[in-house]
Amino acid sequence: MYRILSKEMLSPAICRMKVLAPRVAEAARPGQFLIVRTDEHGERIPLTISDYDADEGSVTIVTQKIGASTREICALGEGECLEDVVGPLGLPSEFVSMSDAELEGRRYIFIAGGVGTAPVYPQVKYLKSRGVSVDVIIGARTSDLIIYRDEMAECCDNLFICTDDGSEGFKGNVTAMLEKVVLEDGRRYDMAVAIGPMVMMKFATMTAKRLGIPITVSLNTIMVDGTGMCGACRVTVAGKTRFACVEGPEFNGYDVDFDEAMRRQGMYRSEEVEADHKCRIR
Amino acid sequence: MANKIPRVPVREQDAKARAANFDEVCYGYDESEAVLEASRCLHCRNPRCVAACPVSVKIPEFIAAVASGDFVTASSVIAEDSSLPAVCGRVCPQETQCEGSCILGVKGEPVAIGKLERFVADWTRARGGRSVAKAPSNGFKVAVVGSGPAGLACSYDLAKAGYDVTIFEALHKPGGVLEYGIPEFRLPKEKVVAAEIADVKALGVKIETNVVVGRTVTVDSLLGKEGFSAVFIGSGAGLPRFMDIPGENLNGVFSANEFLTRNNLMDAYRDDYLTPVMHARKVVVVGGGNVAMDAARTALRLGGDVTVVYRRTEKELPARREEVHHAKEEGVRFMMLSNPVEIIGDDKGWVSRIRCIRMELGEPDESGRRSPVPVPGSEFEIDADSVIMALGTSPNPLIARTTSGLETNRRGCVVADEDGRTSRPGVFAGGDAVTGAATVILAMGAGRKAAAAIDSYIKSLQKD
Repeated sequence: MYRILSKEMLSPAICRMKVLAPRVAEAARPGQFLIVRTDEHGERIPLTISDYDADEGSVTIVTQKIGASTREICALGEGECLEDVVGPLGLPSEFVSMSDAELEGRRYIFIAGGVGTAPVYPQVKYLKSRGVSVDVIIGARTSDLIIYRDEMAECCDNLFICTDDGSEGFKGNVTAMLEKVVLEDGRRYDMAVAIGPMVMMKFATMTAKRLGIPITVSLNTIMVDGTGMCGACRVTVAGKTRFACVEGPEFNGYDVDFDEAMRRQGMYRSEEVEADHKCRIR
Repeated sequence: MANKIPRVPVREQDAKARAANFDEVCYGYDESEAVLEASRCLHCRNPRCVAACPVSVKIPEFIAAVASGDFVTASSVIAEDSSLPAVCGRVCPQETQCEGSCILGVKGEPVAIGKLERFVADWTRARGGRSVAKAPSNGFKVAVVGSGPAGLACSYDLAKAGYDVTIFEALHKPGGVLEYGIPEFRLPKEKVVAAEIADVKALGVKIETNVVVGRTVTVDSLLGKEGFSAVFIGSGAGLPRFMDIPGENLNGVFSANEFLTRNNLMDAYRDDYLTPVMHARKVVVVGGGNVAMDAARTALRLGGDVTVVYRRTEKELPARREEVHHAKEEGVRFMMLSNPVEIIGDDKGWVSRIRCIRMELGEPDESGRRSPVPVPGSEFEIDADSVIMALGTSPNPLIARTTSGLETNRRGCVVADEDGRTSRPGVFAGGDAVTGAATVILAMGAGRKAAAAIDSYIKSLQKD
């Protein structure tokens, strides 16, 4: 059992929890994820790690209510427990293993969409701790859905906020924002990292490619075990099948077959709709 | 004349009824059936069955006890050599091991050793379980990676010898393949698996779930700051193989591991669990091993019309004979000498057909089986909305990649000698992690040997 040390709602549909999981907290690195299960009857839900504190033994997770299981997570309160927390899973971000010499002078731009903003945070924090220059774009449908605004502003060099409806920051999506920052403002980047909905990462990749910026994306595929056992997470990268859980979750965006990844993500959608609405006509 | 008695048939759930539920297929013997079956044993002076058992259970001895109605003695005879008798009685390939070498089998039917072992284990459990003698604690800590058959057997022997054993399990429930791989209808989870694990825990073995060795901790950190004197790697062979044919990433194509894990570990077949699983109408299972049979019979129970496609003939099917027999009784169809070449999808990216090619048997390969070769121009298609790949598994590379000085072979298996010693002192390994996918009982045998080797390794450290 893993106790919830604190919990807050970041928006009506997004909650942030700090969970006591000392082994995970000690081993976690930027880019990795974990899997949680609320109770004996729950699914194993892969979630990104949005912060970790080895001294306190805690990891922070951010969950958006999408289906039955994520709603269950968000319904738990401080002092309650998650049945299981396992991780950290996946490989740390590439830059974690880069030397100071390799990182020196590099400029990163992060493109965060929706709840994908949470896992961007530890990456930005990490890069800043190593003296790397980092800008961040956060995009959402509307201002209420922007999360990690203050946390991010505190640790990045420049924060650009954009909303589809123009209720905060630039009016437009993250790709339009990226184009503006690069083409109009004349900023230069050596590397982009996009984390968010699959479709956003697809278009962010297309834009980055057009702008000549290499891009890393973090794939939130379907998973069961998260350790390479089930193969549900397989994605085609540069024409080869890869397991996102152990060989990812981060890949070179240029190489990812996003259309296949999006199709595979929807594999259980009809089952999930059924889980929400139990039909009694049998 | 003991051998004039025909083998006592075992009662089973009706094939039609069980094809629609997940309850155990085989009911097992009752006391009088067991005594009668046990009376068939000839008590050979040189028992070939014992030699054919990977953990050398003293078979004639326990059978003699059963025949005389002394089930308590039978149970303690088995406990000397096996930590998981209720499991082995159900899932061992007896026909190629103990029963396969039974002298009665030459002219007739061998003694039903597996069913007798199962009877003794179930009888004992129903009466409160076994009591196992345990040496006083010696203060040495041993870490065991993986709570499957190899890890459990190794832990059982080490704990009996007085070691302080902690098992690290990556999943949320212990049992390894017994929990995620083998279905409820063949190996009941609460009644058998959980109960046998409770026996291992009763010896003082600690099981820490949700620890992925290679991610959460490493073998190096276990031997270092966590203070374990030795590590046993029994992490199995969990990495599923695919065929690398076009269409394999279409929606509706699953590894048997995924399909079975959802149903077994995650109870997707039950309404009170949230795990989704595809209830396919027409399912093609590719492969011929026990895992293929398990996947086929699970898909059938979820309401599918199931065909097993296998590239050799029925004679070469590596699955237990009983599983093939049960699968056929339940209505699984078999298409032999056929091999998939492509999976064809509909316009939404879901499986709609699978294209196969006819095979014929050529020269024997290194395994001694005649290797199948495609018949040119013999392609044909089968309608399907789901394809389940049960082509075998290989060891997960996570541990090998994160452990310094641990040698692996080209198939990704940890290199270990007969007694489980790896290239790194203090690190031992056994089971599927070393051999690649094999059987529960072979993994248990390897776990026991490694336990003995760990014991002598730690004792040798004390002398220095």
